[in-house]
Amino acid sequence: MEPILKGRNLVKRYGRVTALDHCDFDLMPGEILGVIGDNGAGKSTLIKAVSGAVIPDEGEVWLNGEPVNFISPIDAREAGIETVYQTLAMSPALSIADNIFMGREIRKAGFMGKWLRQLDRSAMERFARDKLSELGLMTIQNINQAVETLSGGQRQGVAVARAAAFGSKVIILDEPTAALGVKESRKVLELIQDVKSRGIPIILISHNMPHVFEVSDRIHIHRLGKRLTMIDPKDHSMSDAVAYMTGAKEPEQMVAA
Amino acid sequence: MSDTSQNADKYEAAVSTSEQVAEFEDTHKGFVGQLQHILHVNPSFVPLIVLVSAIVIFGLLLGSKFFSPFALTLILQQVQIVGIVAAAQSIVILTAGIDLSVGAIMVFSSVIMGQFTFRYGIPVPIAIACGLAVGTAIGALNGWLVARVKLPPFIVTLGMWQIVLATNFLYSANETIRSQDIEKNAPLLQLFGSKFNVGGAVFTVGVVFMLCLIFVLAYVLRHTAWGRHVYAVGDDPEAAELSGVNVKKTLIQVYALAGLICAFAGWALIGRIGSVSPTSGQLANIESITAVVIGGISLFGGRGSILGTLFGALIVGVFTLGLRLLGADAQWTFLLIGILIIAAVATDQWIRKVSG
Repeated sequence: MEPILKGRNLVKRYGRVTALDHCDFDLMPGEILGVIGDNGAGKSTLIKAVSGAVIPDEGEVWLNGEPVNFISPIDAREAGIETVYQTLAMSPALSIADNIFMGREIRKAGFMGKWLRQLDRSAMERFARDKLSELGLMTIQNINQAVETLSGGQRQGVAVARAAAFGSKVIILDEPTAALGVKESRKVLELIQDVKSRGIPIILISHNMPHVFEVSDRIHIHRLGKRLTMIDPKDHSMSDAVAYMTGAKEPEQMVAA
Repeated sequence: MSDTSQNADKYEAAVSTSEQVAEFEDTHKGFVGQLQHILHVNPSFVPLIVLVSAIVIFGLLLGSKFFSPFALTLILQQVQIVGIVAAAQSIVILTAGIDLSVGAIMVFSSVIMGQFTFRYGIPVPIAIACGLAVGTAIGALNGWLVARVKLPPFIVTLGMWQIVLATNFLYSANETIRSQDIEKNAPLLQLFGSKFNVGGAVFTVGVVFMLCLIFVLAYVLRHTAWGRHVYAVGDDPEAAELSGVNVKKTLIQVYALAGLICAFAGWALIGRIGSVSPTSGQLANIESITAVVIGGISLFGGRGSILGTLFGALIVGVFTLGLRLLGADAQWTFLLIGILIIAAVATDQWIRKVSG
């Protein structure tokens, strides 16, 4: 099977630091791929390289078998790759609906939209409310409330809802449960399963081993700027994974990548 | 539902199928909490309240001397220049920037309009267009330095202020073009000063222009994607970039638009003072920032409404005229405005402290 998103020989240097060292990457259709690695291993850079947030110095990225050259996250978004960043990338003072549609606003039809470029507020609000309901985020008080008035879990939920609403090919989640409490993390993991059940593959970057092992189909272990190995969470324990990540143990053989 | 996520265009199909929607859940937070919420949603309420109370108080103290169509429209005439410049300042401050060169751009644009007409004999409409173009270009250069070269807006516009002001004096040779000459040869330059009467209320084209400008900008900022992008850029530029806003382009457009608005202010300035004087409008910088701050726009960007700026400018105008009519020392005006500035920023901080 052809990977939906594939990276080969990716290199990214920041001054003297090599964040990505001839790294490979594969995401299969319909799967949840966990990406783990120690701090500074280059996980974030890898994800940014395939989502257009950084431009790799060397190497190539293919989406659906087609070579792609994203020079900005906007390019990747247009190609159907949505990313939920660790920082969530939301404007705190703007409303939930504004944030969900940031950069892809819906304009009114006819004269008001075409010539006065008026936004179709009601359509955007309806869509946003609908998406939040769909993902079970019913406790949001008001679709027009500012994002800064939401709790951490609600913000995360809105960010995931935004990605799920527009991501048609790949959804990337960078540390989605890092800032959340137990209940809220549970909610986000359910959201992830929910999105997967619609057939959209997900890349999950996380430090939280139980979460990664719970939802991932395969796990990409990143070490020193490259892919060390791929493991199947059903065949390996978390302590194995930690040992690989930290270099305490060498993987015996590669699982089919 | 998977088809909706595949095809965002057909989202309305999903609307009819889902019965449950995320609902408004009313929580009682007490009067202060609700007030905070209202102000958070409508940041221009505070200056509006201050404006209305100031008008009422001066109206009670001074009676018909103050509370007449003539006096109230006189305030509008007195704040028109500051109002226009403050509109430019507002959009820049909304992006978490500041433009210290607004006054200089305004004066230089008016000087170009005047000198092009009188020194080179260029037809007045073309001279005006040149003035507007130069203002826009200076603004765009500010924006380019801020967005591309990544210099702090304060520094860029502080430098630009000196550069433009010096160029203004060098180019004009410190020459004033007299009002009578303009009236005789190029009345179009004084267009913004032409007055018309509506039942005792005196309006000028400049006043109408200021009001229209504010309302158009309010519409653009609230109801267009570009306006939302301006807020997003001011709120958190990185988040805006990651969610698909072209931050650099937006910044350059904002500074260029501010330059254009300042050039219009320069045109209006000719109408207001009659002549073209390179030494006029020196206080426009500080007055525009004052109006913006009193109007409740956050200096940290991303928060506030341009209507607040209009109210802020009017508050200053009401205080100035009201205290003058009361026979008070002009210093009282400055003292009160100083208090208002600090109070406005304190209110802004309080509003930003939202918990839910």
